[in-house]
Amino acid sequence: MSFVTVSNVWQKYGDRSILERVNVTIEEGEFISIVGASGCGKSTFLRMLLAQERPYKGEISIDGGDTAKEPNRERGVVFQKYSVFPHLSVRENLIAAESFDTAFGRLSGAKRKAAEARADEMLERIGLNHVADQYPASLSGGMQQRLAIGQAMTAKPRILLLDEPFGALDPGTRLQMHDFLLELRDETNMTVFMVTHDLQEGFKLGDRVLVFDKPRWDPHDPGMYGATITYDFDARDGGIPFQLKEDADVSA
Amino acid sequence: MRLINLIPARPAAIFLAALPFIAIFAAYSIGSDIRLEANPQDKLLPAPSTIAETAQRLFTEPDRRSKEIFLWNDTFASLARLFGGVGISALLSLLIGLAIGLLPYARSTMSSFIAVLSMVPPLALLPILFIMFGLGETSKVVLIVIGITPFMTRDLAQRVLEIPQEQIVKAQTLGASSAVIAMRVALPQVLPRLISNVRLSLGSAWLFLIAAEAVASNVGLGYRIFLVRRYLAMDVILTYVIWITILAFIIDWLLKTLSRKAFPWMESGL
Repeated sequence: MSFVTVSNVWQKYGDRSILERVNVTIEEGEFISIVGASGCGKSTFLRMLLAQERPYKGEISIDGGDTAKEPNRERGVVFQKYSVFPHLSVRENLIAAESFDTAFGRLSGAKRKAAEARADEMLERIGLNHVADQYPASLSGGMQQRLAIGQAMTAKPRILLLDEPFGALDPGTRLQMHDFLLELRDETNMTVFMVTHDLQEGFKLGDRVLVFDKPRWDPHDPGMYGATITYDFDARDGGIPFQLKEDADVSA
Repeated sequence: MRLINLIPARPAAIFLAALPFIAIFAAYSIGSDIRLEANPQDKLLPAPSTIAETAQRLFTEPDRRSKEIFLWNDTFASLARLFGGVGISALLSLLIGLAIGLLPYARSTMSSFIAVLSMVPPLALLPILFIMFGLGETSKVVLIVIGITPFMTRDLAQRVLEIPQEQIVKAQTLGASSAVIAMRVALPQVLPRLISNVRLSLGSAWLFLIAAEAVASNVGLGYRIFLVRRYLAMDVILTYVIWITILAFIIDWLLKTLSRKAFPWMESGL
């Protein structure tokens, strides 16, 4: 039984088709990279996995459940920016991942203490313990994204969705973030979906790389047909034996 | 060098800041001098020294008959009305603004209504308020509330809508209910805006307050100004005007300081 099942999903906005006939199954613990040209619907696909929007038709099921109607704790998310709460300190941002699930959004007493201890543990892991009491605005872009990932992980989601998480970072920081993410993955065996437009990044981090593109194209009406998954690469072990060895350098 | 690149040094900047104040004081003194020279009984432009004496008398000497210092009574009465009206407006605009910003149903119901309501000229409603609520405190407070709430509500709703959708979605993935999102995500982020809204609205609030007091009242800063106008007591009027200006300035400064102290996260990125 596969963990995430996407069956025959269509999406359109008004008359404009975005996605059509998207079918894919994902095992627990897989890291899925999603790539494609701009406007090919990869972010739409991620938003549907997130349940921020619902498919026009078709089903998206996590662990056999129904298609979700709104975002919930099963799904963690990190956006390119604005993923953390600017009015909460770094530590408070991590505690929020536990306290927001309560009636008043606050924890007290022993629960609060326990959440603080776990937050400090996570701070250690994401290397932000030295800025625990600062506000996100004073952190660098890479630190903010590490915080956003840490925050999403603290809520212990079933799947983690990353929407171009490193798109706004400089190349050096980006490499550091790759190492950080790979490390975190080895520790947790989380199922991850990552949208990126950096192919190299997609192949380096992903177990599988899904390519979104339009298989049909109407030159008179570009909005007529939607995109779907046109390639499903196996990127494990540098893509070998599915790809030529020379091309495998990207994952080195 | 271009004019836009000429920046005054520190002493010059201070002098330039003081210049308009000095200029207006000098102009007034000269004008007052000229008039008093021609007619020592002139009441229109009392000498600055006369105003200072009057001010001292108004602030310290009780009225002979009632044994009360009118200026302080007026101040407390007016401030109570002002704070009452502005406080109620702030609370209302916060609640309605959050509802409009977060809940699509509330937005559909309220947003065009508020937009139309903010076009009603509040002072035109003053007679209606006097008829409905009588000449007491209620009508004055209600005038302030009607005058500034629609504007504050629209602005706050806009600010709530400007909170990045990413944050709202993120909060949902952390399990937050609508109420938690309102209290823990939206409210803290619009509170600084509420304070700056209050600062902006205080000007109009004073306007509505003084207008209401001028029309019907028996105590209050606006009432006193319009009362002594009958005797052409310019020294009293000017003292009151300066006093109101100082009060408004202090309130504004307090709010600014509060906003800076209470929301350290606002400025850490600057």
